[in-house]
Amino acid sequence: MKKLALALSLIVALMLPVAAVQPDEVLADAALEARARALSLQLRCMVCQNQSIDDSDAPLARDLRILVRERLKAGDSDTQIREFLVARYGQFVLLEPEKNRRTALLWLAPLIVLLAGGLVLLRFFSRRRAAPIPLTAAEKKRLKELT
Amino acid sequence: MIAELSHAALALAFALAVAQAVFSLWGAWQNDARLMAVPPLTAFGVLVFTAASFAGLTYLYVTSDFSVANVYSNSHSAKPLLYKFTGVWGNHDGSMLLWALVLAAFSALIGAFAGNLPPRLRANVLGVQGLIAAIFILFILSTSNPFLRLEIAPAQGQGLNPVLQDIGLALHPPLLYLGYVGCSVAFSFAVAALLEGRIDAAWARWVRPWTLATWLFLTLGIAMGSYWAYYELGWGGYWFWDPVENASLMPWIAATALLHSALVMEKRDALKIWTVLLALLTFSLSLLGTFLVRSGVLTSVHTFASDPTRGVFILAILIFFVGGSLALFALRVSELKVGGIFAPVSREAALLLNNLFLSAICATVFVGTLYPLMLESVTGEKISVGAPFFNATVGPLALVLVALMPAGPLLAWKRADAAGVAQKLALAAAASLAIAIGVFATNGAPLYPMIALTIGIFAVAGALTEYATRIALFRAPFAESFSRARGLPRSSLGTFFAHLGVGLSLIGIAAEGGWSVEKIASVKPGESIRIADFDLRFHEWAERQGENYRDIAAIIELRRDGILIGKLAPAKRIFVMRGQQTSEAGIRTFGLSQLYLSIGDPVADRSVALRAYWKPLVLLIWLGGVVMALGAAISLSDRRLRIGVPKSAAKKKLAAVPAE
Repeated sequence: MKKLALALSLIVALMLPVAAVQPDEVLADAALEARARALSLQLRCMVCQNQSIDDSDAPLARDLRILVRERLKAGDSDTQIREFLVARYGQFVLLEPEKNRRTALLWLAPLIVLLAGGLVLLRFFSRRRAAPIPLTAAEKKRLKELT
Repeated sequence: MIAELSHAALALAFALAVAQAVFSLWGAWQNDARLMAVPPLTAFGVLVFTAASFAGLTYLYVTSDFSVANVYSNSHSAKPLLYKFTGVWGNHDGSMLLWALVLAAFSALIGAFAGNLPPRLRANVLGVQGLIAAIFILFILSTSNPFLRLEIAPAQGQGLNPVLQDIGLALHPPLLYLGYVGCSVAFSFAVAALLEGRIDAAWARWVRPWTLATWLFLTLGIAMGSYWAYYELGWGGYWFWDPVENASLMPWIAATALLHSALVMEKRDALKIWTVLLALLTFSLSLLGTFLVRSGVLTSVHTFASDPTRGVFILAILIFFVGGSLALFALRVSELKVGGIFAPVSREAALLLNNLFLSAICATVFVGTLYPLMLESVTGEKISVGAPFFNATVGPLALVLVALMPAGPLLAWKRADAAGVAQKLALAAAASLAIAIGVFATNGAPLYPMIALTIGIFAVAGALTEYATRIALFRAPFAESFSRARGLPRSSLGTFFAHLGVGLSLIGIAAEGGWSVEKIASVKPGESIRIADFDLRFHEWAERQGENYRDIAAIIELRRDGILIGKLAPAKRIFVMRGQQTSEAGIRTFGLSQLYLSIGDPVADRSVALRAYWKPLVLLIWLGGVVMALGAAISLSDRRLRIGVPKSAAKKKLAAVPAE
């Protein structure tokens, strides 16, 4: 038991990462908590490789999770919270980039490829339909025999 | 001694690979039969020496020779034996050596099994393979040499990153590399075809088994990586749209497209140009993946700039192969003849549509992964492109693709009857809608997972419909259906399983996304929480000593209807030597669903921060991947039947070519 206590204190002492959302962070209001979770999934933990603050173990992520919840309790809308965080940390904090001129190519990429590919396909088929291969004389004769 | 011998073996492998490239390409150019007889031998030689070199590195790891810098940085004498083996590729240098070994193995296999290839095609293919091998081995020798010694040998090594000390992650890289490197075969075939300026259905028949094998390994590799993340990272996520994951996903998507377009080419002699282009792009994307993962460019454009030797070398390789092959394609494309005619409603057209959607998905992942890098290097502005973006873009595209998938195999070649196919699928559609409405009525549902679930069920029902159609189930006497089932070509059975797997995975993804239950609570010893049908009682903390780690586990008793049905022990695993820890989830499987527990920090009052998840049908996500891979394996077993065919086709074609 003593060893265990030592090990437990070792974890605390080493400041090892804690898991994502902690029980003490969870809001009592279920609707507000659900909004907090949805928002957290869209916010990047800036010191991590590629994690949302909802997933991350980092202390910074925890601070941000608590911050988001405090703003929610204060009555901020989701947009207000996002704007607040962007003002503080820049666009980098948003995992879903804003749709603006600089990200137009990013957001339109799927459509551009689909449309361009679709046009190529349309041309491919219309050109083929325009020029069907005529039957040879022998084939015509055979066709006549069959019908 | 071993380190120096292994180093020398690798240098020999390099020399042989250069010889292979030169002899074969020059021999094919000159049409010199003696020169063209050399490459299968050199390919075997490259394999022998690369394998010797790899075996040498493994020996150094197993014997914990810390005078070698690479072993010192990545191993420890107290590490379990299994991880001394797998630690060989748990670092940059060793994993590049594995890359080269897999490439050498593929080349040797081509040399051994391609006796029925036209000699010039074979020589060109092995020439390109030799070129790739030579350049990658040169990369290892000059920037990533794992055999360098330390001036003074330390007594103990620094140990392997604990995250990598797991069987799942130990097997993930080799599988993925088999897939990545397998893409080189289709690439070499495509370049060889462009060099010769000729391509036919027989070409597609040779390329398809290699692409199938590649796709099989990629599928398994990705599924295994995803399952590893799920049980190891501690919050039950299985796919994060991380650039490293995207790097493996892009070749997989391209290989999927290639499999389908090569099918059209093999059966109908059409879509040649597109198939060749896809073969080039698939390997280009796997090289891009290697570049992204190995250069450090992902962490930041700046880390890449601060230590550019490796990154610049791989970038040069990337530009050489991608640029070179695309330039060759542009030069020669007009010489490839367009063949095979088909109507807008036909199997061919359906496969084209499949390729259109896969291309759009692949392009989206590509742009999404690289956009932040481009924007930052152009404007200096930092943005993130994460999971919400990919879910919003790739998600709908993939859903449309899967919704259309069941129709594909039911359509006839050349010209098909759309109404007839719709009629055949009506039952499947009705069944999936009925099940979806049933789920909605009993469980309620968010919209997006609901749509995904319906489409997933439709895909499964559609695959079954297609199978039933092929064996004429209920339309013919059972005896006949049975004999039809036995006589069904392996390749159509493969299609059935692959498509079934896609549907199963989608059902798993939808169920996990829409109907998972999560509970986060701080629990004191003796207290219980309730999730789904289960009562979880926190019994006590326990400590377990492992070979090179210590687990601090929370013993959780699991009860259903008051009856004890088991204990789970989610833990924090502490690797004292490196001062790092990993989390070990406690997982209990019920059919295809799982109860998933992970713990947070122990708090001063001995309570545990418990995170409990009920994940319905979650196992289907990976099981679907396994079923897809099974489909590929079944289709591959058809290969013996296929190999006889190109032989005669090749001879005929060869005879028709005028002497130069």
